[in-house]
Formats: sequence, C-alpha cells, structure tokens
Amino acid sequence: MQKEYKTITEISGPLVFAEVDEPVGYNEIVEIETPNGEVRRGQVLESTSEYVAIQVFEGTSGIDRNSSVRFLGETLQMPLTEDLLGRVMSGAGDPIDGGPDIEPEEEREIVGAAINPTAREYPQEFIQTGVSAIDGMNTLIRGQKLPIFSGSGLPHNDLALQIARQATVPEEDGADGGETEFAVIFGAMGITAEEANEFMDDFERTGALERSVVFMNLADDPAVERTVTPRLVLTTAEYLAFDKGYHVLVILTDMTNYCEALREIGAAREEVPGRRGYPGYMYTDLATLYERAGRIEGREGSVTQLPILTMPGDDDTHPIPDLTGYITEGQIYIDRDLNSQGIEPPVNVLPSLSRLMDDGIGEGFTREDHADLSDQLYAAYAEGEDLRDLVNIVGREALSERDNKYLDFADDFESEFVQQGHDTNRGIEETLDIGWELVSQLPKEELNRIDEELIEKYYVEGQAEQVTAD
Amino acid sequence: MSNMSQATATETTSEGVIESVSGPVVTAIDLDARMNDVVYVGEEGLMGEVIEIERNLVTIQVYEETSDVAPGEPVENTGEPLTVDLGPGMLDSIYDGVQRPLDVLEEQMGAFLDRGVDAPGIDLEKTWEFDPDVEEGDEVESGDVVGIVPETESIDHKVLVPPGYEGGEVVDVNSGALTVTDTVVELDNGEEIQMRQEWPVREPRPTVEKETPTTPLVSGQRILDGLFPIAKGGTAAIPGPFGSGKTVTQHQLAKWADADIVVYVGCGERGNEMTEVIEDFPELEDPKTGKPLMSRTSLIANTSNMPVAARESCVYTGITIAEYYRDMGYDVALMADSTSRWAEAMREISSRLEEMPGEEGYPAYLAARLSEFYERAGKFKNINGTEGSISVIGAVSPPGGDFSEPVTQNTLRIVKCFWALDADLAERRHFPSINWTESYSLYKDQLDPWWRENVDEEYPEYRQWAVDVLDEEGELQEIVQLVGKDALPEDQQLTLEVARYIREGWLQQNAFHDVDTYCEPEKTYLMLTAIRTFSDEAFAALEAGVPVEEAIDIEAAPRLNRINTQEDYEAYIQELKDDMTEQFRELY
Repeated sequence: MQKEYKTITEISGPLVFAEVDEPVGYNEIVEIETPNGEVRRGQVLESTSEYVAIQVFEGTSGIDRNSSVRFLGETLQMPLTEDLLGRVMSGAGDPIDGGPDIEPEEEREIVGAAINPTAREYPQEFIQTGVSAIDGMNTLIRGQKLPIFSGSGLPHNDLALQIARQATVPEEDGADGGETEFAVIFGAMGITAEEANEFMDDFERTGALERSVVFMNLADDPAVERTVTPRLVLTTAEYLAFDKGYHVLVILTDMTNYCEALREIGAAREEVPGRRGYPGYMYTDLATLYERAGRIEGREGSVTQLPILTMPGDDDTHPIPDLTGYITEGQIYIDRDLNSQGIEPPVNVLPSLSRLMDDGIGEGFTREDHADLSDQLYAAYAEGEDLRDLVNIVGREALSERDNKYLDFADDFESEFVQQGHDTNRGIEETLDIGWELVSQLPKEELNRIDEELIEKYYVEGQAEQVTAD
Repeated sequence: MSNMSQATATETTSEGVIESVSGPVVTAIDLDARMNDVVYVGEEGLMGEVIEIERNLVTIQVYEETSDVAPGEPVENTGEPLTVDLGPGMLDSIYDGVQRPLDVLEEQMGAFLDRGVDAPGIDLEKTWEFDPDVEEGDEVESGDVVGIVPETESIDHKVLVPPGYEGGEVVDVNSGALTVTDTVVELDNGEEIQMRQEWPVREPRPTVEKETPTTPLVSGQRILDGLFPIAKGGTAAIPGPFGSGKTVTQHQLAKWADADIVVYVGCGERGNEMTEVIEDFPELEDPKTGKPLMSRTSLIANTSNMPVAARESCVYTGITIAEYYRDMGYDVALMADSTSRWAEAMREISSRLEEMPGEEGYPAYLAARLSEFYERAGKFKNINGTEGSISVIGAVSPPGGDFSEPVTQNTLRIVKCFWALDADLAERRHFPSINWTESYSLYKDQLDPWWRENVDEEYPEYRQWAVDVLDEEGELQEIVQLVGKDALPEDQQLTLEVARYIREGWLQQNAFHDVDTYCEPEKTYLMLTAIRTFSDEAFAALEAGVPVEEAIDIEAAPRLNRINTQEDYEAYIQELKDDMTEQFRELY
C-alpha cells in the first residue's frame, strides 16, 4: 500500500495537491518527504480518483514538486497507555520531555465517535473548585463542558490553574471518606512560551504533573498542527476516563487560536466563508470537540472540559465565543473592569452560567439552600448593578433606602464573595455562608427567591441594620 | 405514490463507483439515480442521499462519518427516497436523524456511535395486540382506521389504510398478537394492510383541508398561555442568544403541553440535554392522564457532533412521524431545537456543493425550505374524516443574539407566535426570560372565545390590563433611569410597584419547582386577579390621601410573589385578597 508518488501539482498555503492513480481514503495520513530528507505529516482533505488535497500539519515550506508523497493507509491515531500520565508531548503527539518512548497499549483514531445519547449518564456530581463565584453561582459538574470566556491580558490562566489545583469531588461519607482528585490533561494551542512556562511551573510546583498529560503547541509551532492537538488531548482523555476509570479534567487553551487555524485551512481551500471569514462548518467542527465531554453509563470515569478562549475585542458575539456558547453547557466570563478593580478572580457572574447546575446542587449534593440562595444573589446583584448607572446621574442621596441597600449589596458582593484571591480554597459551606451574610443585608421581605423556611433557618439577623447605620 | 413500498415495491437498484470524497459529500459515477434516492456508499455501506445529478456525476450527502472511504469503492442505489417506518413502537423511543433507534444501536455497537450499522425504525419482531375495527365485507378507503393497537399506557395506535391505497372490500381480517409486518387486513383488490407503513420524509402526508385553529395548546407556562398563546395547530418560534433558556422552554413545552403526542427533535444540540430528556421523561407524569410522559413522546436526537447530513434530515423525520399520528386524529406538538442548526447543515452541504450562496452563506433556498417545513403544521381535516393538528415550535439560535440574521427573519415571516428570549432577563434570573414587549402571538383573538368559555368571561380584559401596565412601566423606566424613582408622581410610583408584581409574581415561573413548573389556566387567571385587587385597592387608598410608601408597604403584598408555589392556590388567593383589602382600608 505504501506507494510513493512524485506527482505534486500545486502547493498553496498549508495545502498540497498531488495526482494519484490508486484510490486514497478520506482523512488518511500522508507523509511528504522533501528533497533534503525531511518528513512532514499531513492528512487527506479531499480525495478524488485523479488527485488528492493534503493538509500538511508542519507547514509546507521546503516542499517542492519533487517531494515524494506516501499514503499510510490509515487515519491519524493516538498511541494510548496509562503511562502517558506525567508526560509532556508536542502538539502533534510526540514526547518532548526527553523521557522514554511511549509504548502504547492500543492506538485509536483521533477523530473520535459521538457518544450515543442513550449511553450517556446525565452529569449530576458537584465539583468543588474552591472558587465562590463558580461553586456558589455557576457550579461545575463532573462531565460538563464549561468554557472560560476571557480577553487578552486577563488572568484566565490563573483561574484555570486554580481550578486544576483545587478541583475535588466530595465523596459521600463512608465511601472513601475522602475526595477524588482529577487527572488533568492540558492542551495548549498557540500559546506563548511564557504562558506555557507558567503552566508547567505551576504543575511542577504543586506536584500536579504526575497526574497530568501535557500537549504543547506553542505560538511558533505550525498553525495547522493546532487542528490536531485538541483531538489528541480528547482521545487521551476518553481513554483514561472510560477505559481506565479516571476523572479527567481537560483544559484547552486557547480555542481562539484553534479557530484561526481552521479559518486558515478554509481560506487555502477557497471555501465559501461564513461569518467573519470563519468556515461555515465551524459549529460542527467545534461540536466534535466540545461534545467529547460527559459520563457514560456503567463506566467509572468522566471527562470534564474547561476550554479557554480569548474573545477578540472582548466581544461575545464574535463567532468563536458565540458558537462555543451554543455548544457548551454554560460559560464563565472574566471581566476587564473587575480585573482592574483588583478582584481576584475577576469573574462576572451575571452573564456567566452553568446549565447543569440545577441538577447537581441542593440537598444531597451541596446544601438545601443553594439554588434559592444563588437565585437571590443573582437577582439582587443585577438590581444593584442597574442602580449604579442611576447613581452616577442623580447621586446616592436621591435614592431610596431600599435602593441604597442594593447598591451596598452589589459592592459587598464583589469585594467579599467574588474576591478571594487565587490561592484561597473555599469549601462550599463557606461560600454559601458568605452568601447568606450578604443577602441578610437586605430586609427579609426582599428575599422573594428564597423559600420562607430557608430564610428562617439561615438568615443572619442584625446584618440589615448594620449597613444602614454606616 | 410510487414510493409506497407495499404498493409498488420496484427494486430498480444499480451500482456506481465513488469518484471523490470530501467530508460528508461524496460523488459517484455510473450511478442510475433519481434525486433524493437513498444510496449505500462504500465498502461499509454508509447511508446517503442523492442531492445533485450532473451528467454522469451524482452527488451524495452521507449520513455517517466518511473517514477512510476512498474513490473506487462501490455505491449502491436503493431506488427509494428517504423514508421512515411508521407503526406502533415509535412512542417511548429515541431515534437518530434517519430514524435508527439509538437504543438498538447502543446494543449493537456500544456507547460510541460507530458507522455502517442499520436498524429498522420499528421493531420487526415484536408482537402487538391488534384489535380489528372492520369485518369481512366492510368497505374501506385509504386513511380509514382498520384496527387499534394499545401502543403505550396512554396512547391507542390506530392502524390506517395507507394513503395511496385504492381501497375496497375487506376479505380477510386477522386479530391478536401480530408483528408489524404481518398482514392484518386484506382487501378484495389484493391490497394487504400491515401495522407498518413507510412514507418518504420530504413529502407531506395527504389531508383534506387545513382549518383555522381555535383551541389553545395549553402549556402551563403563564407567560405563554396568559400573554402569547399558541393554538393547537399553530406555529411558534423561540429565538434567543445562548444561555437565554431556549432549551428549558422547549423542555417545559414538551413536558406540559396538553397535546396527545409530543415529537421532540433535538437537532444539532447538546448530548447531555437529550440524556436529560431520556432520564427525566419516563419519571414525569402527564398532568392530564397521570401516565408517564414518555409514553406519549417520540424523541429524535441528532446531537451536534453526529453527522451533519443526518441533522439536515432529522426535522423531516420528526414531522413525518407527527403527521402520521395526526392522521389518527391526535393533536401533536413538535418541538425542534434548534432550527438554526438545521439551517447550518443546509449551509454546510450547500457550500460543499459550491452552490452560489445567498445571505450570510446560507443557500438561496433557505426561505423556501423553512416555509415548506412550517406549512406542514396546522389543524387539518384528515382523509378519514377525523380532525388532527400539528403544532410546531422551533427554537432559533441567532448568532450573537442578533435577530436580523437570515434564519430568524425567514422564520418570522412564517410563524404566528414569536417568543423572544432576552439575555438581560436571563442574566437577572428572570425565567422564563421571554421579553414581553418584543414577543407577540397572532392567535390571541381566535383563542379568546376559548378563554372566555373555559376560564373566565373576563380573562381577555385582565390580560389587556396587564399588558397596559407593563407598557406603562417600560415608558416610566426610561424616566426613572434619568431622575430616579422618587422623583415620579405617586400614582406612577404605584404603577411601577404593580408592574413589579406582574413581572416577579406572575410572569416569572420556576421550571424547577415542583408546583410552579406547571400552572393551569385557572391559576394563571386567578393570580392576575390577585394583583389586580392589589392595584385597585392601592389606587383607591392613594385617592383617599394615603402616601404611596405606606400603600405599597402593606404587610400582605409580598405574598403576591408566593402564589406561584402554592398548590392550594384558590384558598390562598382568596385569603390574600381579603387581607390586602382589609389592610388597605385600615390606612384610611
């Protein structure tokens, strides 16, 4: 099958076109050898009986018409073994940590098949991240895909690292008595070497590396390779989760770079572009990544995804965050204003959302008052936020006592609930108790989102008066 | 009707050879095919459909992943268009976009969806208890009911003479435990009727005529039933940016709408959401019959990572199943979540065909496809004389929440209910986050008689009052933004307070609260009367010289926001009204 062709007719951007006289499979892996002996890998994007279009992962520079093309007769595979834990790989899946070769237990196609919806188990287990803005307001659930929507220059990496460090699932008493830790699979796409170092230093400092697999495609690595990296990451994650029983936390950063690479390939193929030049199939393509999260009935492990993307111009209607938001189960917004106020982590809870939260909190999961309390915190914070605009015009004196309480509430919510620092790990009880102290600044009658019995039980008397006394 | 397999099973198959492969689009040469024929592609026999014919070249969209498929492999034409199997067993089941039962696929290939596996839409082995409705010597025509099969706890499946049959005299009748392929009734012209029939998905099933719908599809959601009702046989669109609650709204409708049959099409959406439906519905009870909701529901799940061509077909599969139950005289509700993903699938296929794009890359035939689809909804007189309806509720996911994009706009030109979801409302956890100023329903007038007759003679007036108060609030809010609430005259401050109770106490509804999740029309109405009592009494107090702060501060008022969670709401509301009246009158 390994027939060699020297029939390249066209080279354009990341694409190489070659004539063939034998059928070649769609998505098949290709090796192109340049005259000076260098071997590049690529993948068949279009196959006809006369020619094939090949997408070259490592860039086309140096390839000429005399380069030879070999079709390997198989699609791209990821070598899999439990020993991958603790290893650092390139964005194309080769070890770059100087360690021994990977001796795979098996190899799997990286495209990955869709999980049959009837085989899925609905995710319901609360993950304690130790971050109040997430645990209290936008709870992360085991098997969820919850992206971080951020912007350039914002501390999304710090938040991701904090979650990776602190994330645990409180086990029911009596089972192990303890907590389960996550295996972290980290996929870097086009991030700078400096950012990469930040992650690696943190992994090494906290000893997290031994339960991690790292895939690194850096900013100066070939862009097309980025379209492969997340698939390697997720194939590894699925293997560890569903075959080996690990609870896997996948961090993908930065999805914006991945989408840029997709656009580059689309443009080279002269495809009809969709919005802002991104390919029309970007929704489907992103879905084939994000949907590879979840739980499967009867299997031990889970895949939880935490993709990070930087929104160009902080605009969440840009196609990348927009399509992502339509696929993922919520999103966490990092906010520029909060960041400049020094709030750590600067999570803006109002536009943030966790779609799986409702089924994973409350009695038996977190605490009976969780849902009502978070609803009330949301409503009150939104009201306070609205009033801030008004205050700029009319001043505080012109507002009613009720409005002033909401204004104070919004300020305190940011400085006491959201603000906690990147090294503080708060338990869920602590988070909820802080929440109660805050809502108790408001009169009981205002708490219309909370069940009366819960108000009786948790309302902190005396808070409301304190604030008005200021 | 040449495509009825039982009537004229023409086996004009032919074989061709793959010429090229590019994602879900495959071309073949030397294939004798008609447009929309179903073909099997490659060594693995992947299912596909003919979408373009140009000289000797046939273009096929493949419903499965095409990795490793190579030119030179064979293509086999079945000579038949994409059809669904119709018969007992469709309820309480879950299909992919081309009606393959997902539970059967799971048994055959495990947790992950492999390819090249086919399975019939309904179980061919299973026996059903067939109870005939006709005797030897009876005359039957196409569409007539020949017998009944108890399909699920709540639904009797009526076995129909397939449309396209000539009809005639019954010469033989079977009864008892039979499979769907056994002949149950035989006619004198040789036509044999089985419990299973096939129908091409892209062709509407025949009816006599479309009628004007006059009954509401009661959903138990206050803002929908109360302000923007949809009729049984109506069409509605729910557009909204991500996170605004499209899916929760669709789920609520699927759970509580008072339709006989619900077809839920998950088109290019999240896997976990479908799993939630699969796990939740069997445990939920139909508020009307007390039977599990799943026994009236058929699910079609083509999640976002399943093949894109099957996403294109899944809405057709859904509506064909809906039409079949309509033909039995049932009221069917179809939820499609989301039609934008369907439109995107069309766009993706179209761009692979290198067709000239219309707006935003969507094909020029987008509007035509959307209207063809929504036109299959309606209240119909069936060919067997019964009446049935299909209500279609389509979610739309506009990019960036911008309603001016082509899918939203083309949908709005067709549907008569518009439930606009609002990200601002969602952010402050006002759910359902349906914007009451942007949304509309064109069915209001034709449904008013139903409300007057079944709920209260006064209801439409109360509704108008609520709308007026909300409108006035909208205008006042603009002033409040500039000068603050306290600068307003007292009566306007009171209007704001009344509007707040309408919003928080009435429009907001907690889908996750056991009681509040479903609100019958009677309760919807009574809740509004309670707020009206507050309003009337408060204004009277104001007239009598009571300062507005005192008026809105009466002790009973906050209970207006608690009615929603009361099971025994009638007594609660009566007591609340009495208390409010008493407390107001004490003020002057």
